This record gives sequence, structure tokens and C-alpha cells, in this order.
Amino acid sequence: MALTDLVLQQLVNGLVLGSFYALVALGYTMVFGVVKLLNFAHGEVYMVGGFAGFVVLSVVSGALGSGWTAVAFSMVLAMIGVGFLGVVIQRIAYQPMLSAPRLSILITALAVSLVLQNSILGATGGRYVPFGADLGFGGINLGNLFISHNQIILVGTAGVLMLSLELFISRTQYGRAMRAVSIDKDMCRLMGIDVNRVIAVTFFLGSGLAAAAGTMAGAYYGSLWYFMGFLIGLKAFTAAVIGGIGSIPGAMLGGLILGLLESFGTMIPGVGSAWKDVFSFSILILVLVFKPTGLLGKSEQERM
Amino acid sequence: MPGLLSLSDVTLTFAGNTVLNAVSFDVAERSVTSLIGPNGAGKTSLFNSITGFYKPQRGAIRFDGHELLKLKPHQVTKAGIARTFQNVRLFSEMTVLENVMSGMHCRTHAGALAAILRTPSQRREEEMIRAVSRQHLEFVGVWPEHNRIATTLAYGHQRRVEIARALATQPKLLLLDEPAAGLNPAEKLDLIELIRRIRDELGISVLLIEHDMGLVMQISERISVLDHGVIIAEGTPRQIQSDPRVIEAYLGRDDGEAFLDD
Amino acid sequence: MIERSPVHSPLGRLQGVWDNPAYRWPLIFGLLALMVVAPHVLGPYATVILTNALLYVVLALGLNVVVGYAGLLDLGYAAFFAVGAYTIGIVHHVYGLDFWLTLPIAVLAAAGAGIIIGSPTLRLRSDYLAIVTLGFGEIVRFSARNLSITGGASGISGIERPWIFGWEMRSSMDFYYVFCVLAVLAVIASLRLADSRLGRAWLYVRHDEDAAEAMGIDRVKVKLAAYVIGAIYGSIAGAFFAVNLGAISPESFSFQQSVLILMAVILGGMGKVPGVILGAFIVILAPELLRDVGELRLLVFAAGLLLIMLFRPKGIWPSQGR
Repeated sequence: MALTDLVLQQLVNGLVLGSFYALVALGYTMVFGVVKLLNFAHGEVYMVGGFAGFVVLSVVSGALGSGWTAVAFSMVLAMIGVGFLGVVIQRIAYQPMLSAPRLSILITALAVSLVLQNSILGATGGRYVPFGADLGFGGINLGNLFISHNQIILVGTAGVLMLSLELFISRTQYGRAMRAVSIDKDMCRLMGIDVNRVIAVTFFLGSGLAAAAGTMAGAYYGSLWYFMGFLIGLKAFTAAVIGGIGSIPGAMLGGLILGLLESFGTMIPGVGSAWKDVFSFSILILVLVFKPTGLLGKSEQERM
Repeated sequence: MPGLLSLSDVTLTFAGNTVLNAVSFDVAERSVTSLIGPNGAGKTSLFNSITGFYKPQRGAIRFDGHELLKLKPHQVTKAGIARTFQNVRLFSEMTVLENVMSGMHCRTHAGALAAILRTPSQRREEEMIRAVSRQHLEFVGVWPEHNRIATTLAYGHQRRVEIARALATQPKLLLLDEPAAGLNPAEKLDLIELIRRIRDELGISVLLIEHDMGLVMQISERISVLDHGVIIAEGTPRQIQSDPRVIEAYLGRDDGEAFLDD
Repeated sequence: MIERSPVHSPLGRLQGVWDNPAYRWPLIFGLLALMVVAPHVLGPYATVILTNALLYVVLALGLNVVVGYAGLLDLGYAAFFAVGAYTIGIVHHVYGLDFWLTLPIAVLAAAGAGIIIGSPTLRLRSDYLAIVTLGFGEIVRFSARNLSITGGASGISGIERPWIFGWEMRSSMDFYYVFCVLAVLAVIASLRLADSRLGRAWLYVRHDEDAAEAMGIDRVKVKLAAYVIGAIYGSIAGAFFAVNLGAISPESFSFQQSVLILMAVILGGMGKVPGVILGAFIVILAPELLRDVGELRLLVFAAGLLLIMLFRPKGIWPSQGR
């Protein structure tokens, strides 16, 4: 394959990858915006979302088949269900911790993620679970470049979801409230905004998006694994940081950038696909050390 | 004429707001200087700029031969400036003695290895830390309570512990942020006495932010007035009291009455 | 000074006994005597378990300096454990340098890694630090798994046992006593660190970073000291782990391992040496005592941890203690 073909192919791969990262990164960034917490369990929510989609799919595949319709249906149900799971986690585990020392809430988040991860480990025995979607292999040929229908649908769906979120944030009352809470929570309370509800909505949306990503990942890659949330969690976090934690367009941009960086990174001799994870982690460390506010984030005056 | 502490042209902006605007003023050695001004004038921001918590965009702050703007907060303290806080910030869940011992950290050096090996010099240093902390607690008059958890003390005593803690860093300049807030009249008299002793017995200069005009007039050798980030007047208490610009800055504000009453 | 429990709790009552000098030395001698006699009484299988528990005591005490004393959430502690073990594997086994000469190299390597990773990242907020340490842990594990010098996925085997004063460490009982000594040294070091200038500095920084800075304490330097000290504990444990097992593989240095060590630190009562020792024993003994739990021990621990966090809203440090 000529170099341009390779580059274009990686571009497509990067877009696909970036879509996943962006969807999950949004959850990190939104939650950080309203409660100033890095929700360590978010990666596991993605994983649970995938399994939720799998469960729904196995129930409805009799009636709806196993094509994209069924997957879409499963995805929506998974989003709603796991969205509520996110709210429950926030209410039970994080809410009581907001006034405790910082370390406590971090450890609680870690505990939640471990509970989720190990529950699924127990349920699946650590095996790869085939997702059971039947999506076909059709696609478009542009010269030497092959773009599969699945890739188009995936990126398109991700785009639609992100657009919906953007509209929600900018056009609705809740969206405005979310932005206000991320700027000054106490002021919002004084102005009569139901901060707790806003936080709940934020968690619902973030978890829902992660669940969408999880279901689509299951459908696209064909299988689910209890440990898949761990890696995605770290990558999506990296994406959120690259774009600027707390910034929603930043998360989308960061996801895209990371997806592309990873795809093109596999072209570097020596890195290959084995070392791409180390490559991504290194990017994370470099960004945090040299530009912790990312591309679009606000720089905090970090002192008293 | 540069004094112990010398600010020139210090300008600090936050998100478009100019908090400090070309502020210049001096604090002399072995003196008590007060910084007053209406609420929101920028006084605590000035303290934060001196102690390195905020980084002014322009200007210079010289102290005892050091350029403070380049230094991190802990380096400023090492250079000889200590502070107390507007809302008393003692270390919670630790005793009064342990709180004051924190001030000695920057004047001692025993590291991890010395600690693990319990070398004779480490043991001697520990004793010295306790002895000096005790001295400072006795100086402010709170030694009898040294074993109590610091945050359980009466408010006035907590303020004194905070001062002892700052003194333990062996500063040449002590910054007090509203030390009289929340004190009753008798405690305020004690505070005046304490500040005098800090200057006279310990040779330490004191710069204080204060709203209680009576106290300010009684204790200060010089007063600087800050309004909207600008120094609008400077002089002896008598001069400031009758300065029309100062009176105007306070009139129409909540503390205007308080200013005139005293 | 750092080690206090609520007076009415069981650990607190033990504390009361400990504080009383008349009881303290008999208690210590009693414990030491028990430790010396245990392998003869309990048999070879139990001895191996106890050795593991003692290894975990050292690891947990090391992580306790980072998490319990300095308040930094380190999710990649197994990396230092790995550095110690693999340095022994590579320099001692592959290149043939004597164990006792390699040991300082392992310690220096871990300390160096701690400084390199810690210096830029300890300035970050605690959330970021947690993830960065996790990433670092993964990088180390991944490298161990994929580099040829570390033996790849199969690791390094055939590591020679060290000799000390003409006596070779050979049997599991030999190693039991070696780890007893290591654990005791770790305990003494931790207690002394807690009650020192540095130990107090950790407390000040943990309670109020800005006030601590205002008192002249360099918070980054102090945190770095904790991180590097933790690294040193970990690498020493790793070195002896390598010669005890005679073979090491990347699977011992996973995120799972980091989490288990963290569990040991937290479950027994973070920040206090007796609690950490208890936690180490809980983590090692639980799968033995509850056979069916074995596979799911992490789930049980995580659920337990969650419950502890939720029912102690003030956090893991009990109110009277540190």
C-alpha cells in the first residue's frame, strides 16, 4: 500500500477510535466540571454499558434480528439503564464524600470501579464474551481505501450523540444550569438552582454516553471483556486532559486527537500496535506535566 | 528610602480585574505598620503577593536583599516573612505544640535517614524544636494548653497559637491578617500588648491588615490606605485620620461609620 | 506522635497497652518469640503463607508512607516492587553480580525512578496523580512483558539464592526468617519516620497544603521524599521476593497487585503501623481462610472498602487518630 493510502486508512481508523474516546471522555469532563472529581469508575461504566447492550440484544434479537437496528435499540436501552446506574453511584458513593478529605472520595471511586470490574469478572469468568451482533462486511471503496459501512454508522452515531449533547447544553435549561454549576456551585445554590438534580443529570448523560460507546464497541469489535473499561478509561481520561478537562468541546477534540495520534502512532517503526498503549500513557504524562489545562481548558489560578 | 520590605509598582490582575494597581510602599525595620482600606480593596491579595501565593504581573518586591517575586511561598518564609490568616488556619486534629513545631521545619534539617537511624544530632534537633516551640508558646501565653487539640481552644487563644506558629519560623517580618477580628475588647488590649512585645522584645517588624480603627490608631507607627487596589494615602495615624481622601473612601461603605467613630 | 487510635476501639486499647512502658517490652518480646517459633509449630505450608504475609507487610508499610503518611494516592506501587525484582533478575542473575552488591543498585534504581516520575507529577492535583501513577505502573508492567532483557512474558528464572555470612538462604524457613527481619526493620523505620520532622511535615501538608507552605515547608520536596521512600521499601521487598521465588514474571506486578497492596494499607486502618500490618495479614490470609472466596477476593475487598468508606464519612483517618 502506498504511503498516502496507509495514511488515509489510519485517518479512518483514527476517526473511529477517536469517536469512542470522545464519547467516554465527555463523561469525565462533564462530571469534573460539576463536581470537580475525576470519576475513576467511569471506564467501568463504559464496560458495564457494553454488557448491558449485550444483554438487551440477546433478549430482542429474536424479534429484531442482530443487525444495526437491534444494536441501536439495545444501545438506547443500555444508555438509559446505565445512565441511571451512574446516578445511583453518584448518590450512594460520591454524594456523602463531598465534604470528606480529597483522598477519601478518590478511594471511594476506586472502590466503585473495582466492585464493578470484579462483579463482571465473577459473572463472566474473565472470558471474552461474543457480543452477538451481525453487522455485515459491506463498505465503500475509494481507490485503495476501504471504509466499511459499520465505520460510517459508528462515527455517524457518535457524531449525532455529541451533537445532541451540544444542543442540550446550549439550548436547554438543564444545560445552562450545568454550565453555571461548573463555574460556581455555591452561587447556583443561592440562586435557587437545584444543584443536586443538575449533578444527577450530568452523571446520567455522561454514563449514558459511555454506555453507548460500550455497546457500539461490543458490536463493532465483536466481543466484550471485563477488563475493557480499564484501558478505555485511561485513554478517555487522556483525551479529556488533552482537550482541557472541564471543557465539552475539549473532550470531543481531545478524543479525536488521541484517536488519530494512536492510529498514526502505530505507523511509527518500533511502536507498532503493541506499544500503542505505552505511547498513549506517555502522551498523558507529558500533557499533564507540561500543559495540564489542555488545549481548551481554563487555566486555574491554583492558589488561595 | 527602602525599608525592610519594599514594594514598587506592584500590579496584579485576575481575569481582567486589576486587583492591585501600581502599589508601592515600604515597611521599616522594627516597626509596626498597618494596611487599612474598605472591604475588597485588595489587602489580602497584597499579603498573598508578598508571600508568593499570587504572582503579580508587574512590579518588584524586595525584602532584606531578596527579590520576592521569583520565590515560591515556602522560600519567602525561609527568607524571613511569616503570616497568619484571616480565618485562623491551624492544622486540624493536631495539638497546639505540634502546630507551632511546624514553624520550625524550615529552620531545621534532619531528613529521612537521620530519622530512621535516630542519630544523636537528630535527637538533639528534636529536643531543640520542642524547646523553641515551647518558648514561643510561653511568649504568647498559651503554653498551659500545649497538649490540647489546637482547634478546640477558645478563638482568641487559637489566634495566639497561630501567631506563635508564625513566630516559630523566626521571621524578620510578621504579616497579621485581621488579627483582631472576633476578639472582645480585653483580648484586643492583649493583642496590642503582644504586637508591641513582638516588635520590642523580638525585634520583628509587624505589618497588619485590620479593620478595627481604634486598634490601628493605637498600635501603628505608619499606616497605608488601600482602596480599589491603589494606595491612596500613607502616613502617621494622625495624618491618616484627618486625610480627606481616606475619609471619602470609607464614607458610603459599610465600615464608613466605624472609621469616623474611632 | 503520629500513631494514635480512638481510645475505645480495639486497636485503641492495644495502643493503651503499647504506650505503657511496663507492658510494651514484654509485648514486643512475646511477639518476637511467637514469630521465631511459628514455623516449627505451624508447619511448612503455613510458613510459606506467613512469609507472603510478611512480604506484604513490608510492601504495605512502604505504600503506607506514600498514601497514609503523605496522603498521596499511588495506584502504581507495584512498579517499584517490579524494579527491585527485575534489577535482581537482570543484574544478579543474568550478569552475575553478587546479590548484596545488586541490592543497593536495585534500591538506587527505584529511588531514581521515583524521583524521575515524582518530580514533575507530584505538583499535580491528587486526582491526576492517581491516574499518572497508574499509567506509570502499566508502563512498567508492559515493558517487563515485552522487552527481551526482562525475559518477556515468561520472565526470569533460575535466580540464585544469596549467601550471608557463610550461610545460604535456601529453605522456605530460611526465607521466613529473612522476611521477619525485613518486616521488623520496616516497622521500626516507619515508626521512627512518623515521629520525626519529616513525619510531621507530611501531616502538615496533608491537612492544609497552603498553610504548610506558608510555614516554610516545601510541599513538593516533602511529597517526593515520601514517594521515594515508598519506592525504596518496594524495591527491597522486590529484591528478596525475587530470590525467594527464584523466578519472576510480569504477572506479579500488575495493577491488581498495586490494588491489593493498597487494600492492605487501607483495610486495617490507614496511616497506622499496627493497622497496616493487620491489613497485610487480612489480604493474604483471607483467601486461605475462605477457600471459595479465593477467586473473588478482590471483589470482597473492594466491596468491603466501599462499605468502610461510606460508613466512615470523615474518611479513613478516624477522628482521634491521624
